[in-house]
Amino acid sequence: MDTPLPTPHDYSLTGASSRYALAHGLANAEWYRAPIPRARMKDLMKRSDGPALRDTLIWAAAFLVTGGLALYAWPTLWSIPFFIAYGVLYGSSSDSRWHECGHGTAFKTPWMNDAIYQIACFMIMREPTVWRWSHARHHTDTIIVGRDPEVAVMRPTVILKVILLFFAVPQVWGEIKSLVRHARGQLTPDEADYIPESERPRVYRTARIWLAIHLAVIALSAYLGSILPMLFVGPLPTMYGAWVHVLTGLTQHAGLPENVLDHRLNCRTVYMNPVLRFIYWNMNYHVEHHMFPMVPYHRLPELHEEMKKYCPPPYPGVLAAYAEIIPAILRQVKEPGWSVERPLPRDYPAQAMAAE
Amino acid sequence: MPNWIAACNVGDIDAEDVMRFDHGGRSYAIYRSPDDVYYATDGLCTHEQVHLADGLVMGGIIECPKHNGRFDYRSGEAKGAPVCVNLRVHAVKVEGGKVMIDAG
Repeated sequence: MDTPLPTPHDYSLTGASSRYALAHGLANAEWYRAPIPRARMKDLMKRSDGPALRDTLIWAAAFLVTGGLALYAWPTLWSIPFFIAYGVLYGSSSDSRWHECGHGTAFKTPWMNDAIYQIACFMIMREPTVWRWSHARHHTDTIIVGRDPEVAVMRPTVILKVILLFFAVPQVWGEIKSLVRHARGQLTPDEADYIPESERPRVYRTARIWLAIHLAVIALSAYLGSILPMLFVGPLPTMYGAWVHVLTGLTQHAGLPENVLDHRLNCRTVYMNPVLRFIYWNMNYHVEHHMFPMVPYHRLPELHEEMKKYCPPPYPGVLAAYAEIIPAILRQVKEPGWSVERPLPRDYPAQAMAAE
Repeated sequence: MPNWIAACNVGDIDAEDVMRFDHGGRSYAIYRSPDDVYYATDGLCTHEQVHLADGLVMGGIIECPKHNGRFDYRSGEAKGAPVCVNLRVHAVKVEGGKVMIDAG
């Protein structure tokens, strides 16, 4: 018996949309890949420590300077711009660091990837083991409803929820609940769907350690009679610094089609300025990243040059991307089945869909 | 009883690289190590069905092109998340300029 496409979509990983995806070949499917020669791909995938070490030193220095100036200027209003800059480092640049180090591509040396991964995960409040597995699923089943646990803008769009994303409200509230649940040794059915048994003790142990750190920061603030420690570490900087990573992150998939097996159709590549690209570690080359996730962030501009003849034209900037995204997600409030169509090059059309 | 199959010619694979070989409805990955020794494993990652031959060989490690799962291709040992299940290895011999694998 055929499994019908549920309406509205059920974004849980154990519900009707998940059964639909499994029944229609949308799960763990074969995706389109641009025909880049093997020798070139090997060169592009090659690892090195240099670029990420350089960027990490600049990153650490930026933390010290902005944090130091914020502390120095506290409690005057002059501290606000420094806290804004510190917050962007804490709550936004950590997004790309956990992501790239989670892929194991930023550094050549595994322990360097692991160290920055753990630190960045703490800053952006994404539990390291949980998100390693959820992100693996995101790459296997990108924006496949009922399979991908990382769909940022679900349909029909709830505009208030999108606005709250810019302050990391759903992220932080969800994470606090999740930390408590994991510290008690429990998983949701969705988490149990993508986290293997062998990894679960690690989830519970990390949750207990993180909760202890957060409680220690709160206790320190109470002891000092000052909010200052909580402005530097914990949920507050994750929230007041989130807006840049949401601004860049929403360009990745928002408004684009669900349930397609071609990253050229459900991802955007957007040209961005060097400051944003430093914060975002080149994830603006998002079609490229999804098609070839093992290419380090610092080689993505080269991969883009190799791939662009196979892809829709990139967006010239963030404004151009949002000129498409805002009307699209507003339309998806009433028309959740509608999505933006990306023009594929005539010589490199989409492959036949498994679901068709 | 070994079932020896010719997978490729010596020299078809660069040093520190991997090649896909399909036979009898199964996929294999054939490796040439940096010190010029040939190895063979099942061709698909044990995490999800991704061809390892599209991945990167680094010393004695093959990295899955999709999720960074890493295996020691000499022993098949899974080297950490997201791969938890070892890779099956196949015996290899070189005869008459051919790389032969035991597909049994």
